[in-house]
Amino acid sequence: MDATSDTFVSSPTDFPSTPPVGGAGKRPHVTIRGLSKRFGKTVIYDDFDLDIPRGELISVFGPNGCGKSTLINMIAGLIPIDAGRILFDGMLLSEIKFGYVFQNYREALFPWMRAFDNIAYPLKLMKVPAAERKARTEALVERLGVKIDLNLYPYHMSGGQQQLVSIMRSLVVEPEILFLDEPFSALDYEMTLFMREQLQKLFIESGTTMVLVSHDLEEAVYLADRVLLLSRHPARVADFMPVGVPRPRGDETLSDPEFVRLKAHCLEVFQREVRRG
Amino acid sequence: MIRRLDAFLPLIGVVGLLAIWSLVTSRQWVDPVLLPSPAETFKAFWKGMDGGALGFDFVKTVYRTTMATAIAAVIAIPLGILLGSSERLYRSLEFVIDFFRSTPASAMFPLFLVLFGVGDETKISVAAFGAILVILFNVAYGVMNARKTRLLAAKVMGASRLRVLFDVMLRESLPQTFVGLRNGVSLALVIIVVAEMFIGSQDGLGHSVFEAQQLFDMPRMYAAIAAAGALGYGLNLLFLTIERRYVHWSGK
Ligand SMILES: Nc1ncnc2c1ncn2[C@@H]1O[C@H](COP(=O)(O)OP(=O)(O)OP(=O)(O)O)[C@@H](O)[C@H]1O
Ligand SMILES: [Mg+2]
Repeated sequence: MDATSDTFVSSPTDFPSTPPVGGAGKRPHVTIRGLSKRFGKTVIYDDFDLDIPRGELISVFGPNGCGKSTLINMIAGLIPIDAGRILFDGMLLSEIKFGYVFQNYREALFPWMRAFDNIAYPLKLMKVPAAERKARTEALVERLGVKIDLNLYPYHMSGGQQQLVSIMRSLVVEPEILFLDEPFSALDYEMTLFMREQLQKLFIESGTTMVLVSHDLEEAVYLADRVLLLSRHPARVADFMPVGVPRPRGDETLSDPEFVRLKAHCLEVFQREVRRG
Repeated sequence: MIRRLDAFLPLIGVVGLLAIWSLVTSRQWVDPVLLPSPAETFKAFWKGMDGGALGFDFVKTVYRTTMATAIAAVIAIPLGILLGSSERLYRSLEFVIDFFRSTPASAMFPLFLVLFGVGDETKISVAAFGAILVILFNVAYGVMNARKTRLLAAKVMGASRLRVLFDVMLRESLPQTFVGLRNGVSLALVIIVVAEMFIGSQDGLGHSVFEAQQLFDMPRMYAAIAAAGALGYGLNLLFLTIERRYVHWSGK
């Protein structure tokens, strides 16, 4: 095993020599090999492998505290990894553009900036000139068809609008990959349903690879091209289930026999994993 | 209709206080030498402020308090940011800061007298000393308590450490900085007024109150007290107004 991980380090292009984990067919976008992470004595990941296919929306689902947030935070570089390799098309995180959407939009947005300036802020960090920042932000708003007053300060907006702003902020740099950690769980039910539609629209519109952590199984299956089911920690891939239901999905999807079957399957795997622990 | 009258609610207390004061003096429940009527006091206030000695003393006190607060802010804000952005640095100085913050600034008068003599410098520097610690403490805590998610958000968007400091931490600390400034200016005023009373001062509101008391000119004394009260209230209001205008997200 050691020898293998050494080759990974020296030549990342060797990756495909290991058979892709899960997601058959598509070229992997993110390749995770030998990932290990522990907090104190608790082993969260031990030699974990995963391939995330390009242009797909992956939902991550699993028991409480199994390491869902830890996984996307490690991929997004928010927390260090103990061992292993995470590559994006063979490149390092620092070489690609990515976005991250926090659950707590209230604390993730900047209350001293108007919504529009919040969205444009990442461009400012990239030293894009002011005029171009404005143009690109306006173009994004236009393309997404978002109809909210972006001259407002975040604290004058509803929770859903704030989260929408925060998603737009992560999309403005045209990221190759977008991470979302329970983005809708602080919203009320009505807003959650609305935001699912918005996210689906954004996904179809942008084709960005998305990794979404969700604690709502229906939401996880509804939005996903593939559901990643994790076991209790140390987390393993319990299943990496493709969701073949065509897009755009809508209310009728929820009663679609295929959708219902896949959801039932996920629930079964989930309960098996919970009981095992 | 009722709602619209709500804006006048604060006046009720003022009117009530004046009514009781008038009643007490007109019925002579208290020796009139000790408590003059509101009208007499107001007359003394108006005469003093309108080109009289009180106006001059008022300006003197405003000048000293402003100087002390400005000096304190210029020193304490950058220092607070520096200490706040490194929690370990702050922890290592925390005891010293808390110790001097808990030391009554008035206890420092003799020391500062030795250092600066009996002039304005002593009053201003003792007041600044008191205000510095209050402002420093608040700024440092404001920076340290910056929301972790907001810092992370800036970091994942690719902000450098310096950018995070200027774009996020500084903004985050502003509401707490204003708390420090308001407390600082109040403390500075207290120290200045006390200094004007007892440290061989020839002017200022503290001197005015003290002198009127020595001369048993009670209307003038109450007028000077009212002027000091108005000054304290006005300074607080000034900072609140600036805060509402520029730190509009405070408490949101
Ligand atoms: N910074 C940390 N220090 C110590 N333990 C941690 C830390 N972060 C997470 N953990 C632990 O690691 C495990 C995985 O945490 P993680 O937040 O990834 O779980 P999760 O699957 O996202 O859970 P949830 O469903 O609650 O969001 C948990 O048991 C958690 O208590
Ligand atoms: Mg989580």
